[in-house]
Amino acid sequence: MTGFVFDPCDKCEQMMQPYLDRVLTEEERQEAELHLDGCDYCRRRYRFEAEFRKFVRLAAAEPMPPELKAKLAALRTPL
Amino acid sequence: MSETTPESSPRQLAIDARDRVRFEEEALQLSDQVYQVARRLAGSREEAEDLVQETYARAFRAWRSFEPGTNLRAWLFRILTNLNIDRGRRIQRSPDFQPLEENDYFLYNRLEEGRSDVNLDERRVVERLSQNDTVTALADLPHDFRDVVLLVDLADFTYSDAAQILDIPIGTVMSRLHRGRRILKRTLADSAAGDGDGS
Repeated sequence: MTGFVFDPCDKCEQMMQPYLDRVLTEEERQEAELHLDGCDYCRRRYRFEAEFRKFVRLAAAEPMPPELKAKLAALRTPL
Repeated sequence: MSETTPESSPRQLAIDARDRVRFEEEALQLSDQVYQVARRLAGSREEAEDLVQETYARAFRAWRSFEPGTNLRAWLFRILTNLNIDRGRRIQRSPDFQPLEENDYFLYNRLEEGRSDVNLDERRVVERLSQNDTVTALADLPHDFRDVVLLVDLADFTYSDAAQILDIPIGTVMSRLHRGRRILKRTLADSAAGDGDGS
């Protein structure tokens, strides 16, 4: 045991959301990536989270009914 | 806000008309994105259509209060979310009573659980989720959280844009986003467990 004061995977988990949202500082980003390079467990979960977000976005997408477009255009101020 | 100009010269009127036309065209180009979020805010397609029409009616009436050069998309979404709040959606359970001790890896762990194919690709794990469950889980999110999740994860707004649109501090955006995503994953983990092994 190397005497970690914290679990690096815990830390990595804390950084997951801000990492995927691209709001970590440069230093934090490097720290996260360094850990990801060496930790299969976290790497898989990060990839999953990224895939999950894509999935939610696609699942939630519903094309706008074409008639609505015409209705919106009709709301414009007549010239 | 916008009083009529004291002297509405023909020239001024022409400039006005031109600006307004441009504004309306730019706003209409964003209607697909507005609809996407409205659809998830509203309970039905009809309600979503009404909400979008109200948003545009209000935007077109208030076009002078839009400051050119600022973020039109955020401006429109502010109208949308305010209208949605005005629809009296507030009657619902408080989000604070949801125990959420699981970590962010919870859904993945749950989906992966009991799989014999250890080297399952993450994409395949996601495929175990159902689109319907996801739509329902989004609809069931406490609304304050859902607003933030929709703006950031669906409409791609930054934390700071979402904060302005919803008129809340950026720290609140971050905590609602984090919590909202967790609740979403928790709900999906539960429905995935309910489905059994599916295949």
